[in-house]
Amino acid sequence: MTMETPLARVRGLGAAGAGAHHWWLERSTSIATLLLLVWLAVSLLRLPSLDHFTLVQWLSGPLGAVPMLLLVVSVFWHLKLGLQVVVEDYVHDEGGKLFWILVINFLSVLGAALALFAVLKIAFTGNAG
Amino acid sequence: MRGLQHAAFGLKAGPEGSLALKGSSMHRNPSRPLSPHLTIWKWGPHMLVSILHRVTGAGLAVAGGAALVWWLLAIADGPDAYASFVEWTTWKWSLIVWIPLTWALFQHTLSGLRHFVMDIGAGYELPVNKFWATMTVVGAVLLTALLWAWILFGREA
Repeated sequence: MTMETPLARVRGLGAAGAGAHHWWLERSTSIATLLLLVWLAVSLLRLPSLDHFTLVQWLSGPLGAVPMLLLVVSVFWHLKLGLQVVVEDYVHDEGGKLFWILVINFLSVLGAALALFAVLKIAFTGNAG
Repeated sequence: MRGLQHAAFGLKAGPEGSLALKGSSMHRNPSRPLSPHLTIWKWGPHMLVSILHRVTGAGLAVAGGAALVWWLLAIADGPDAYASFVEWTTWKWSLIVWIPLTWALFQHTLSGLRHFVMDIGAGYELPVNKFWATMTVVGAVLLTALLWAWILFGREA
């Protein structure tokens, strides 16, 4: 028999059942995304042109490829966490909630994987590829 | 829980702001705080910004995420794929997507920054809260207008 009250068991867990962890990751990824989007905007403005050759040249170097990889990870992580909260708040049926959270997880991982593959391909093959 | 929500739906502000419980004889003290529900609360900018933050977030997640993947895959695929990407994205009617998308980005960023302030427990005083909620909406529209004025008219001059 546990001496724990029902309140103590649920305190801090919230609708997602995972406490503040999700909340903290959402904030962390939002700061990362904001900083990396500023990097993206400044980088694009500083490029002499936005033609294919210049973009590949830019994404072949470490200063283009690495922040872009980080941007992809942080954007897709953040959007996965955000969409998940919307589902948790508005889909009240447990089956539907599970279904939509799976869809969000799969699609955000798929999107991130496609984008990461693209950046890596550009980085490793460059204008020669 | 269901019963509780049901009771909340029954609550409506009367003509003098007094509360009358519909379909129930249960006594309620009108001075007690109510659960935050859209049909009960008087509308304010903070509610609009809260909803906008979620709507713009969902829109950015879908359209912005797809656009990012499309752009990177097009570059990776080669000059021809990139040329077709540029053709689609610079087509004049595609502005119907890009202008709302940049607005959503500005709105989500500004209301996100507002969330950070509120996360540390600041900015909850009613006039301050109302002011900054309004400013995120005004700021996002202004930044969108400035950005597109620059893209469409500024760069050629």
